[in-house]
Amino acid sequence: MTPAPLVALVGNPNAGKTALFNALTGARQKVGNYPGVTVERHAGRMAFEDGRPVELVDLPGTYSLDPSSPDEQVTRDVVLGKQEGERLPDALVVVADASNLENHLRFVLQLRQLGRPMVVALNMIDMATRDGLRIDADALSAALGVPVVTTVAVRKRGLDELRTALAGVLLSARPTPPDTLDADITHFQREARRIASEAIIEQPRGRAFTRGVDRVVLHPVAGPLILLAVLFVMFQAVYAWSEAPIGWIEGLQGWLGEAAVASLPEGFLRDLLVEGIIGGVGSVVVFLPQIVILFFFILLLEATGYMVRAAFLMDRLMAGVGLSGRSFIPLLSSFACAIPGIMATRSIDDPKERLTTILIAPLMTCSARLPVYAVIIGAFIPATSVAPGIGLQGLVLLALYIFGILGAVAAAFVLRMTATKGKSGGFMMELPRYQLPSLRDLAIGLWQRAYVFLRRAGTIIMGVTVALWLLASYPVAPEGQKQSEYSVAGRIASGLEVVLHPIGFNHEMSLAVIPAMAAREVAVAALQTVYSIDAEADAEGQALGTQLAARWSLPTALAFLAWFVFAPQCLSTIAVARRETNGWKWPIVMIVYLFALAYIAAGVTFWTATALGL
Amino acid sequence: MSHKLAHAARNIPGTVSSIDWESLSASEARRLREFGLDEGVEVELVKPGGWFGGPAAVRIGRMTVALRRHVAEAIRIVVPAE
Repeated sequence: MTPAPLVALVGNPNAGKTALFNALTGARQKVGNYPGVTVERHAGRMAFEDGRPVELVDLPGTYSLDPSSPDEQVTRDVVLGKQEGERLPDALVVVADASNLENHLRFVLQLRQLGRPMVVALNMIDMATRDGLRIDADALSAALGVPVVTTVAVRKRGLDELRTALAGVLLSARPTPPDTLDADITHFQREARRIASEAIIEQPRGRAFTRGVDRVVLHPVAGPLILLAVLFVMFQAVYAWSEAPIGWIEGLQGWLGEAAVASLPEGFLRDLLVEGIIGGVGSVVVFLPQIVILFFFILLLEATGYMVRAAFLMDRLMAGVGLSGRSFIPLLSSFACAIPGIMATRSIDDPKERLTTILIAPLMTCSARLPVYAVIIGAFIPATSVAPGIGLQGLVLLALYIFGILGAVAAAFVLRMTATKGKSGGFMMELPRYQLPSLRDLAIGLWQRAYVFLRRAGTIIMGVTVALWLLASYPVAPEGQKQSEYSVAGRIASGLEVVLHPIGFNHEMSLAVIPAMAAREVAVAALQTVYSIDAEADAEGQALGTQLAARWSLPTALAFLAWFVFAPQCLSTIAVARRETNGWKWPIVMIVYLFALAYIAAGVTFWTATALGL
Repeated sequence: MSHKLAHAARNIPGTVSSIDWESLSASEARRLREFGLDEGVEVELVKPGGWFGGPAAVRIGRMTVALRRHVAEAIRIVVPAE
């Protein structure tokens, strides 16, 4: 059996490639990775009219076949059939923005010389028409010698024509491999301009709307204020909107626990299920609403075109520590999770700026820290107001975010002077026109993020939680000894406690820090497990916060918070950093400098708080 | 009379007369070419660089891009007399 033909979607950034991919494949998508790099591989299926299946891959947007960043490299290698883990595509769909024809045609011409079967999708034709631009698609097709189909991906227009044209080129495919490749961009550019001027029947007046919005959004005073307001709303929403869904998840978790207790006989299996799996995994899944909300905003900002404006506004500040506005986007994503953040650095073309961004990304307060912060703040910081509408708890949380950012700024500055020293890579980015995002594309993006998170909760986090539960439960302590000290986990923690005791950590904290290496949020599950295993009759069933408040001193709790601002407690982040930097050198640098910062920060916090008599 | 794009009047289109490729790094030059910048192309300063050296927004043909100051200074334009 021959495999289904493989069709690759290629095109300039902002051509609407992903929207077209979503429209063609619907939700039948698989997100994977290309081997050796963290560039995501988005693949999906569609069918021709006669039912023949076709496999589609959506390649990262690029301006030419001369790559300047890792994701552009993947696009080039796939198109040339050199990418490991991907066969040579049987045909290409080159997506071009109808209102930026001259520029996008250049890439079409460069791809055409590869001699592969191809169809040009002249996308967002509605926007071009709205702007007063009229293009003769037939003339364009004749000039290019390849089929040209006009599409509006977000409205699902032109898809049938595109499929038919694709089936046509696949049938009559007689690929003629090129002898030599012309790499002169200027040559293609001039040719593209000539063809475009012949195909364009009527010239537009320009993008009045985008220019009008940019006048305000990029304004030196109004611009930063708007950005600040957007970020403020975003972080407020993460808390305000998530309250209700978190309640539902907790309710479900409680119900599952009770159902398990009621239907299973007392013993090993029930304890494993209730204390280990439902309690442990539940304490992490509870976090899904906040992650989804944060990603909703990030996807929305990207889809509307505002994200690049944010990068534009941040460029001056970022340049101050040797980075550029480009680093702002991955760093903002890192507030949700450092993993997609680090993966997003692949669009930074300067290797040293990219490396610096990877190394500081774990300092952004990711959502995995929230359960830790929420539990400790809830237990130790009184819910009083310092001013109308400003609570002390929220203020402490804000302070933790700011410490992370300041740490990142300092780290970037020092790194750019030392380990990642080099000339500035500059800042050149296309400012795409503003667009109304398509709900469906947002929904698909959100679903993919949520799925990745749940898969992690169901695999790594569940495995670690269960392993910890086993290690903390056995061997069973004899009468009069504490289980959390007698068990295997307890003995390991006792060893670590020697190191952590000077910065105010007690035995349970030392124990919680070990499994939290897998993921920070496990610290909460671990404390929960330790205290529920240890629980004396009177304390059983008490909320974790109440138990902590009774057992920890305030300086100890603050030291624990300071530790989590800096500590690189996330195996996935370390793994992704290793893959991104092709080796262990930089992840080790990252681990060492972050643990050193964490130790110092926790120590200084503990000693200061103790000296102040808190 | 040609002058530098960085010092051009705002929102008044001009034509690129020359580009000082030598003053740009290889990656900057490549990106500029990928943005479609070439002699004879219409450009326009949409937003000048910020007070403290922030980037400028420049329209090249039908596309708007962000450029840092030294790049905008490498591009010379001619504005047709009114």
